[in-house]
Amino acid sequence: MRWLVATVAETIPETRVAVSLRLDVLDWPGHRAGQHVDVKLTAEDGYSAQRSYSVASRPGAEQVELTVVRIDNGEVSPYLTTVIEAGDQLELRGPIGGYFVWEGDDTRPVVLVGGGSGVVPLMAMLRHHAGLDHPAPMRLIYSVRTRSDILYRDELDRLVNQHRSVTMTLTREAPVGWSGHVGRVDRDVLSQLAWPPSEKPRSYVCGPTPFVEAVADALVALGHDPADVRTERFGPTGGG
Amino acid sequence: MVMVSRGFQGRWRQPGAGLIPPGQYLVDEFPVLTARPTPSIDLEDWDVTVTDETGARVARWTWHEFRALAVEESAVEIDCVTKWSELETRWTGVSVDTLLEEVDTDAGYVIAFAERDYTTNLPLADVVEGQAWVALGYDGAEPEAEHGAAARPLVPHLYFWKSAQWLRGLRLSHEDEPDFWESVGYQNYGDPWREQRYWGD
Repeated sequence: MRWLVATVAETIPETRVAVSLRLDVLDWPGHRAGQHVDVKLTAEDGYSAQRSYSVASRPGAEQVELTVVRIDNGEVSPYLTTVIEAGDQLELRGPIGGYFVWEGDDTRPVVLVGGGSGVVPLMAMLRHHAGLDHPAPMRLIYSVRTRSDILYRDELDRLVNQHRSVTMTLTREAPVGWSGHVGRVDRDVLSQLAWPPSEKPRSYVCGPTPFVEAVADALVALGHDPADVRTERFGPTGGG
Repeated sequence: MVMVSRGFQGRWRQPGAGLIPPGQYLVDEFPVLTARPTPSIDLEDWDVTVTDETGARVARWTWHEFRALAVEESAVEIDCVTKWSELETRWTGVSVDTLLEEVDTDAGYVIAFAERDYTTNLPLADVVEGQAWVALGYDGAEPEAEHGAAARPLVPHLYFWKSAQWLRGLRLSHEDEPDFWESVGYQNYGDPWREQRYWGD
């Protein structure tokens, strides 16, 4: 798979530590919702570093959007969130991954469960769903530590309609006036918000490893077919 | 042509960074990467089998029998296709040579099959002569469930997805058979030093 040249068209601050990069990618072959790309940065002396990032934009969008959360002591994410600006170029290859994808080729219910920046590939699915005006019921359960960590907040509000719902839950604090859930995504929350197994929902779970383990185990315990529970995990690497 | 990223310094060119393959970075604790929920395994029902290229089952061990096989210690580097590498990971495991000791075969390939239909295809030449193990312990402990419960193949010279989780057996074959990850975009052989990550690499 060859490296492509991407030019930053726009940087969009999402939170205190997260930025979305809209990229013009020469010869971009298109992607499916849920896939990721590899990004390569090269220093003047030829040293280079690579990392993987999920694509946040919907399939068919003119620009490829990545959302990067800065990791303290990371190598690549501080550059992508604080240094890079419109007009800068980087190398990218992809799309990668053919399993954690939602194609929209049937109307089975979809439950998306995201922890922290695990929401990024799920956002591509929601945007795809909206772009297609798809009739399958799609539900996002989005867990973040605090309200200030929520990515895409305004857009998520706008995406809600009769086929799409969004439930946010805060795991650390419940500010005054917070009308969403509080606490972790556990079996109780999933039994309320995920469709029952009899509805044959597809589940996509993405986030840090302990989050994904807990949610996937709870879904299986509730009777969901493990083959319909697709997971993508971020390891405890601090590597970004 | 090399494209320089304006203002990118690169902070991690630590001593020894040249020891790991291109495009990788070092971590201290390897993360988990699976595509489906972690299965819970009942060791009373677990076994591992070897099937030869004619389809005949030529060896089988229960958990208790498997635990009684001779084990080796190894300290190996692991390289994940998602970019992280860890040096000197310590494993205790049964050499694949031990499992194939009594097997007479002309097969060119071995398919490691695991719980939930995971398979991994490998040239037989890559798993013999001390190059591969079935790990029973990691860093002095038994592998945690999410790191591949019970017994995890370990083929450290290839990208780590080739070390399929939750092993149930080895099947010898004349034909190469694409595995789970290969069917969703990853390269067939997976040599980190040639950066064989994806289709076409």
